[in-house]
Amino acid sequence: MNNYVYILITFIVTIAIRTIPIIFIRKPITSPFLKSFLYYAPYVTLAIMTFPSIINATDNIFAGICALIVGIYLAWKEKSLPIVASACFITVLIIELFV
Amino acid sequence: MNKIAFKDGIRDGLPICFGYFAVAFSLGIAMRKAGLTSFQGFLFSALNMASAGEYAASQVIQSLGSYLEIATVTLIANMRYLLMSTAITQRFNPDTNIMERMIVGYGITDEIFGITINREGYIEPSYNYGALLVAVPGWSIGTALGILAGNILPARLVSALTVTLFGMFIAIIIPKAKHNKVIFYLIIISFLVSFLFDHFKLDISLGTKTILLTIILSALAAYFFPIKEEEKS
Repeated sequence: MNNYVYILITFIVTIAIRTIPIIFIRKPITSPFLKSFLYYAPYVTLAIMTFPSIINATDNIFAGICALIVGIYLAWKEKSLPIVASACFITVLIIELFV
Repeated sequence: MNKIAFKDGIRDGLPICFGYFAVAFSLGIAMRKAGLTSFQGFLFSALNMASAGEYAASQVIQSLGSYLEIATVTLIANMRYLLMSTAITQRFNPDTNIMERMIVGYGITDEIFGITINREGYIEPSYNYGALLVAVPGWSIGTALGILAGNILPARLVSALTVTLFGMFIAIIIPKAKHNKVIFYLIIISFLVSFLFDHFKLDISLGTKTILLTIILSALAAYFFPIKEEEKS
């Protein structure tokens, strides 16, 4: 397995996803199932990649759990992306410093 | 080239560039674990411009997955761009040529899609060129520096930085969950199933797990709770 081949493959797939509609689609997607599937999929993917990885990412599992809670709380309050991301970072820093 | 639109693009791209830089830095740390060099990380990010897609793909690289696996994982993690690109096809000026459309398409990230669709009238490619001119270096250089710094920074700081990337994912999914009940429960179920998968240590890679669960859970949700028109993103 070669890293450059890996990168080339991701590039081909990503650029295809982004440009195939531009080249071929003249009309919006109409199938309710397909539309709904494309709508839900990103949230499922991101949720699966976030949990439980976030609590295993830190040396201390407690720090990861706190970062998850702080992140969810601030995101629920609709704070901006950099604020939520850096709050998670700072939470882990502080807890790992003291625990 | 429309100079005013180009300048507007740079202006709106700058805050995105700074946000990207921080997240790309933590992505770089994840890539370093996968054994990628800083040049490879730079290339990876410049070519893909996709946080979740690159993160998922670097997990496949870390586990020495097959080429088919990395292609499928990238497809699943980046599938949302299919919807966004479809949405922008409706907004091009008929005079905009295919090359210009392709460049705009290459640069459709969550944030750039947001600022593009926010403007009135036809899409002005010069605007996207301006935004890309600042956002692409922010993203790719951030990734390369994350890989480099991962070697120097203390382990604790590295583990804290890794959490930044997850923080970004949380910032994307949670506000949507607040306003959409189906997504709310879908996220809780995804968390739970993902946890159970890891807990019972099923003998499949992280990439395959992401693909399987995304397809099954999204298909179930799409079948039982098809979206109404106004929810279309």
